[in-house]
Amino acid sequence: MPEAILKVFRGEKDSGTFETYKVPIEEGMVVLDAIHYIQQNNDPSLAVRWNCKAAKCGSCSAEVNGRPALLCKSRMDKFEPGQEITVQPIKTFPHLKDLVTDVSWNYEVNKKITPFTPAPDANWTFYQEDIERVQEFRKCIECFLCQDVCHVLRDHNRKDAFYGPRFMVRMASLEMHPLDTANRLKSIKEDAGIGMCNITKCCTEVCPEDIHITDNAIIPMKERVVDEFYDPIGKFLKSIFAGK
Amino acid sequence: MANYEVHEHDVLVIGAGGAGLRAAIEASAQGVNVGLVCKSLLGKAHTVMAEGGVAAALANVDEQDDWKVHFVDTMNGGKGMNNWRMAQLHAQEAPERVRELERWGAVFDRTKEGKILQRAFGGHKYKRLCHVGDRTGLEMIRTLQDQGIHRGFNVYMECAVTKLLKDGDRISGAFGYYREDGRYVLFKAKAIVLATGGVGKAFTVTSNSWEYTADGQALAYDAGADLIDMEFVQFHPTGMVWPPGVRGILVTEGVRGEGGILTNSEKKRFMRDYLPESTKSEFSVDDEESKRWVEAAIAGQKTDAKRPPELSTRDNVARAIYTEVKEGRGSPHGGVFLDISYQDAARVRKKLPSMYHQFKDLADVDITAGPMEVGPTMHYIMGGIRVEADTQQTRVPGLFAAGECSGGMHGANRLGGNSLSDLIVFGRLAGLGAAEYVKGLGNNALAINNDHIEAAIKEMDEPFEIGKQADAKNPYDIQKELNQIMSTYVGIFRNEEDLTTGIAKLKNLKEQVKKAGVKGSKVFNPGWHMCRDLTNMMIASEAIAHSALSRKESRGAHSRLDFTELDPELAKFNTSISKDGDAMKLEKTAKPVMPEELKELFAKKETK
Repeated sequence: MPEAILKVFRGEKDSGTFETYKVPIEEGMVVLDAIHYIQQNNDPSLAVRWNCKAAKCGSCSAEVNGRPALLCKSRMDKFEPGQEITVQPIKTFPHLKDLVTDVSWNYEVNKKITPFTPAPDANWTFYQEDIERVQEFRKCIECFLCQDVCHVLRDHNRKDAFYGPRFMVRMASLEMHPLDTANRLKSIKEDAGIGMCNITKCCTEVCPEDIHITDNAIIPMKERVVDEFYDPIGKFLKSIFAGK
Repeated sequence: MANYEVHEHDVLVIGAGGAGLRAAIEASAQGVNVGLVCKSLLGKAHTVMAEGGVAAALANVDEQDDWKVHFVDTMNGGKGMNNWRMAQLHAQEAPERVRELERWGAVFDRTKEGKILQRAFGGHKYKRLCHVGDRTGLEMIRTLQDQGIHRGFNVYMECAVTKLLKDGDRISGAFGYYREDGRYVLFKAKAIVLATGGVGKAFTVTSNSWEYTADGQALAYDAGADLIDMEFVQFHPTGMVWPPGVRGILVTEGVRGEGGILTNSEKKRFMRDYLPESTKSEFSVDDEESKRWVEAAIAGQKTDAKRPPELSTRDNVARAIYTEVKEGRGSPHGGVFLDISYQDAARVRKKLPSMYHQFKDLADVDITAGPMEVGPTMHYIMGGIRVEADTQQTRVPGLFAAGECSGGMHGANRLGGNSLSDLIVFGRLAGLGAAEYVKGLGNNALAINNDHIEAAIKEMDEPFEIGKQADAKNPYDIQKELNQIMSTYVGIFRNEEDLTTGIAKLKNLKEQVKKAGVKGSKVFNPGWHMCRDLTNMMIASEAIAHSALSRKESRGAHSRLDFTELDPELAKFNTSISKDGDAMKLEKTAKPVMPEELKELFAKKETK
């Protein structure tokens, strides 16, 4: 049976090394299967997060040969025979052990977002064409690969100033809901720091759900922020109508 | 004395899938202090994997639908074994719970009139499943999660409970550990809601995630509650069969709901041959009528055509596929063919996006161009912790259960789509029941017995001590053996000989479980976690096997080769499993009798 060579990051809180494992390859195998093989046959203490193994829960995020990916969607047969496969934890969040990181920051960010706010007298009739955009955003499985690859978070560690692509998508899903009445624009500008994004589209590239994060969520929200806060003519018109 | 963290709540909810989140939201709304414990990160629970939809008689598509029809469908699907009151509450309250999800931000697919769209599913007379493509579970859990984080309850992520603690007969707390670093934690709580899901990881081929290790069933059993009807284990007819790594992953019933056709290696559409006599009249008479039904469904038009035979109940379709494969008419990888590729490719991608990607990415199959290969996969357990229908309280005061870990609602076979509705209907009732129980307690202080905590700590420390010994067993090897035993001897078709063998093997395996050991530290150590999970899975597995041996008939998902007929007498009793000292006790207890006004809703006779 052909064998794959995996180099897996082992260790706690950033101190660790890559350990090499040989894993027999089965047809259709994914990297998560290989990690499970190591867990069962070499070391049951190998730490990895996973739940569904079907790319629906977004738990098994890691970096495979340096690229952010879901382990359950990374097919072994896309690598050359004999090619070493490195598996390491996502870099943007504090390391805990082996392939597991502390992603709790994301859950704290989510709490800061103004929740869905329908009008009390909404009649709940709306059409498929009204929700196509929102449904794209709601496909998000919170794997946080977009957060991992975002330069603002990854290279500059500006978690104090930028919520990251995942929560741009979340806010866009609320802002574009046909029945939502809240205005999040000030928060999107000031708290979420949408101006920090310089639209390199790396987040879009790694999204396992193919959400067009930059084009469909971030850019339209940037435009709304510009209209609200930076458009001089708009500001002038508003000042007139506000006086009415 | 060992160190542990202490938290105090009025209500502690264990499990954060649909039922647990809905229970926590409700209990919070009642003004009590709530904690929510989840074994994974928030939003990753098994609910996220539900695909096809949530069943509720909104009558948005088929206006003849109402709760009574849903109730009758549910009871018929469950072969009369359902707790009638639960089935009634479920059918009556599901529509309001779905509307509530929409008010909380869920974005369901729409009808042309701008209402929530509903699709057909097995065993449902009318189009009843509210859905979002084929990712309805994700929509539901995210909606509840985003609602929950603003309700002020505490969430303890990646935390597992290993012991329920009692003051006399009453619940007084729970003990557990954090997966992250292995530190121990004590929760003082006046009431506990178990919402931990199912038992799938006891089987080799399953659609269930790693979390499904029978935690709630085992905790409740240990605390003195009883488990009912554990013999009823649902094998979903359509799981992936290839490649090996994805074997068992669910292929939504929505494929058949949208018109998917099942054929064998001889290209024969076989489901019509397996329809029970008593339900044949509900289905189309030939492929032409099936085709008219599908065309009308796609166009969103009314039709007098009846639904295709592929939409029979899950127990029936699973047995049919198993039989086709066993008799040599299977597909190359040991399944049968499920085909939706005759429909417009863009429509298939729109209605079944996850299925499209799942097959494309994991199996190199384009479902818009050719058929899928599918076969039965262990999916759900109908049996579980016995609860009172209206409050979801178990026979242990202060202990509640909701969702898959509870029993009674689905009888001998669950209809697709009735699980998501179960979660929100009974999650809410459990949260309400627990909050009212706490209010009723007043200021009665509940004690925690220190000896019980010490024992719980000792139990959790033990695998590391055993791990130092030469004859320590790898917990993953034991799980593999458990899987083989359950799949071989307690699987889709059963007989006395197999079940007896299985029970003997489980007994031997229990000795091995005691020798499960691990090395390393307590920091995120999956091997250590598995040692504890094994104990839970063993309890559920033994309960399933003993219950299956005791039911000498075939009913719903329980198929006995040595008792192939349904015995009407046996519908009068639940199988009850409880702890009697160190032994497992099995009793037949009287099933609640349905009132006359509900009986009148049934025209037909019972069927196998």
